[in-house]
Amino acid sequence: MKDKKRIRILIAKPGLDGHDRGAKVVSLALRDAGMEVLYSGLHQSVDLIIAVAIQEAVDVIGLSIMTGAHLPICARLMKELQEKNLTDIFVVAGGVIPKNDILKLEQMGVKGIFPGGTRFEIIIDTIRALF
Amino acid sequence: MGVARYIKNKADAVEKVIYQSGIEVKPFYGPKDLEAAGFDYEDDLGDPGQYPFTRSLHPQGYRSRAWTTRQYTGFGTPQETNERFKYMIANGQNGLNVAFDLPTQMGYDSDNPKAEGEVGRVGMAVDSLQDFEIAFRDIQFDRIGSGLTINAVASVMLAMYQATAEKYGYSKETISATPQNDILKEMIGRGAWIFPVEPSVRLVCDTIEYSVKELPRCNPVSVCGYHIRESGATPSQEVGFAFEIAKTYIDNLTERGLTPDDFVGRFSFNLNVFGNLWEQIAKFRAARKLWAKLLKEEYKVKEKKNLFLRGLFGGGGSGLTKEQPENNIIRGAYYGLAAALSGAQTTALCSFDEAFTIPTPRAALLSLRTLEILMEEVGLRDTVDPLAGSYFVETITKEMEEKIINEMKRVQKMGGMVHAISSGYIQRDVAKQAYEFEKSLQNGEIIKVGVNKYTEGEQPDVDLHEYDDSWVGTQISRLKALKRTRDNREVNRSLKALEKATKSKNNVMPSLVDCCRSYATVGEMSGVFRDVFGEWDEPCLF
Repeated sequence: MKDKKRIRILIAKPGLDGHDRGAKVVSLALRDAGMEVLYSGLHQSVDLIIAVAIQEAVDVIGLSIMTGAHLPICARLMKELQEKNLTDIFVVAGGVIPKNDILKLEQMGVKGIFPGGTRFEIIIDTIRALF
Repeated sequence: MGVARYIKNKADAVEKVIYQSGIEVKPFYGPKDLEAAGFDYEDDLGDPGQYPFTRSLHPQGYRSRAWTTRQYTGFGTPQETNERFKYMIANGQNGLNVAFDLPTQMGYDSDNPKAEGEVGRVGMAVDSLQDFEIAFRDIQFDRIGSGLTINAVASVMLAMYQATAEKYGYSKETISATPQNDILKEMIGRGAWIFPVEPSVRLVCDTIEYSVKELPRCNPVSVCGYHIRESGATPSQEVGFAFEIAKTYIDNLTERGLTPDDFVGRFSFNLNVFGNLWEQIAKFRAARKLWAKLLKEEYKVKEKKNLFLRGLFGGGGSGLTKEQPENNIIRGAYYGLAAALSGAQTTALCSFDEAFTIPTPRAALLSLRTLEILMEEVGLRDTVDPLAGSYFVETITKEMEEKIINEMKRVQKMGGMVHAISSGYIQRDVAKQAYEFEKSLQNGEIIKVGVNKYTEGEQPDVDLHEYDDSWVGTQISRLKALKRTRDNREVNRSLKALEKATKSKNNVMPSLVDCCRSYATVGEMSGVFRDVFGEWDEPCLF
């Protein structure tokens, strides 16, 4: 499919949370793995994240959420992507995500869920496997 | 093994030990090492309570007074937080450390669309004075000191604390609050900033100046190496960067015509305790000494007590793991030990379930008990600075001093802290280190028990603090009712006065106190700042 193409990914920090260590570390790891990584910076709204994703023609949006608000934020993002007919953009999420919520996120259509401490190769392989 | 690099030979014997700050540790130390390091008892240590305070701020250390314990507390609505405050105080805690939810930290009211999903989640929701009145009901303002863990709008919260105390009949001279109020570290790590760098620094310094003049028992800034370390910095950077941040505030205040002796005694620090035990102890001892020397030599501070590096040494969040979470109880005990052996004046421990979410009451209590056991059972009150004179500890304390000074020089070369942050250099540095650390952890160069060694596979569940959706409704309906019933003309008048003070160079604090008394909301007051200052455009360098 797209295996010759460089995957473009937007690492985004939605909402008010400012803990960006994980987002930056994963950005660097994905870049070292050969992906084109854009980092949104902090305090982004879901609308703005989608706008950037469209403008930059990314293949994947990677959300980093540490506060526990991953369910409402992901639900919002998935709904808006669907409404805008942008279902070809894959969504993955990482951060402080309890086991019990993983299934809920998968049911929303989130394609990869990476709780803190997930090994880089799992994140990289999961994203590559989407293409 | 701790957060250090261990290079082993084929027989699994340790050949090299390198601490995060770059100190290489020898297999053994003797008198010659002290000689080589140029160690001198009077110059480097002095007796406890004597300049340069390497050993302790007080001659008797914990004998005269055990440390103050301040577990970080707050969630949901002010009502829940008030109950938790009282529970911790009833269990022997002698200071509060208030956690605010993200909308409050970011200057939004609970009904702002940007607050969705976050109201009361990582701390308590505060919209107006009404919330503080509930949260601090039955708290003795003249006896219990409160840390207010908030930065971008710390000025607003300090004003609110004063207005609440006054409402309950305590004069502003008797209250003791420590707003965290260190915006520069938010810009390096933690990320709860709003306004651009310069007006942010102005707000920090307005708060300090006001406290110096009006609130004699408040410590208006807690400079946090803590979060910089959590973001990936080394222990020597943690202290070096914190000192450069503190210098930025000192310089701003001296430009206002204050002399350092008037205010540096009110500065406190928040430093981290996880990692290699010896490196932390060396760090704290070196930090006390360097701070005293810096103030005395560079800022000509004369008063002895103003040379003290006061602060909270604790936390350790980054040391905790989700894997085998009970191990965090053990880790916490050793982090507490590091704090005690370093003469921490105030302390707190992250709870074992904090790798998942904010702690349950049981977990928070366990952290408090850990600290109480250290003071009451294990013997850490027996004598001051028990490790002094150790060939090893004194040698690495000297080495740590040098490492910290080097980090400070690097920041100065970048053009000082404001420039280092505005340009994104520091943030990039810290992120790179976090990445390198994570790689070392994943390839096993750095060992973390239960994570990359002695792993157990499937993890047992732990009972976690549950977020209650009903809190949002309660909070928003109270806010709506308030907006209907308060004197809105008075609110508008006080907000106009705030706007005028913000646009001028006058200190904003008196106007903020006035706004709080009129029940203006956090969102309204922060909105004035947003309109006048704008928001920071964060540099995203990689």
